[in-house]
Amino acid sequence: MADNGTGGASGDGETPRKVAIICSKGSLDMAYPGLILANAARMMGIEAVMFFTFWGMDVIHEKRVDKLHTGIVGNPAAHMPAMLAGLPGVEGLATKMMKKKIDELEIPSVRELIEMLDDAGAELYGCQMALDMMDIKEEDLLPQVREVISAMDFFDKAEGAQTIFI
Amino acid sequence: MATTTIAGQEVELNDDGFMTDPDQWSREIATEIAREAGIDPLTEKHWDVIEFCRRDAVEKGTPPGVRRITKNAGVSQKEIYALFPRGPGILAAKISGLTKPKSCI
Repeated sequence: MADNGTGGASGDGETPRKVAIICSKGSLDMAYPGLILANAARMMGIEAVMFFTFWGMDVIHEKRVDKLHTGIVGNPAAHMPAMLAGLPGVEGLATKMMKKKIDELEIPSVRELIEMLDDAGAELYGCQMALDMMDIKEEDLLPQVREVISAMDFFDKAEGAQTIFI
Repeated sequence: MATTTIAGQEVELNDDGFMTDPDQWSREIATEIAREAGIDPLTEKHWDVIEFCRRDAVEKGTPPGVRRITKNAGVSQKEIYALFPRGPGILAAKISGLTKPKSCI
């Protein structure tokens, strides 16, 4: 029987497959890709380690996670003139539209997705340097964040993983 | 595409090792696929998931993703990962005689 569909085992059938995803962006549209990729990995039995750094800290911040915005200024894929994208209220509208679409498609909110990932055994870590730079305290982070670690710690945890930077 | 014998029955598999015809499925086949995936025996909770997946695939025309299963089959996210530790997203479908789900959640 072909074994490609049984998930986490690598080609040799011994070493577990693993992904390490670095999330450095704090907009709604940049939060989802990393979270969805990690979720898809867990769904197929691949270990997932996530490292949130710089603007990505907003994604794991208790008070900011529900207020992420869609970035449209300077984004050609927003399909609107650059001047219009910068007008007051336009970004808010774009965010509202995206959240509506997310709801319609029954895609979980970012907060819920983070809870799902934790329940699925994905490991979420915050970046110590970003925490210090942005005056964030460890207790400001979501409870699903296992630890705040350095970049060197991250590389230890990511050993042997496919690494994705977002 | 290949034909193979599982639990004494001939079944068609696609390149990823998933059954292509849900009608060729039986509980014995499910038990055998599960055993190969390290799940032995299949518990009542496993069967709840399997029965939901098969029913839902007929209704929706596509195998359910994990979130759809946890929302409808009476198992939590934590439970489904304990039931299918090597990946509920693919194993629930595979054991149910369905193809790989297209959903990412």
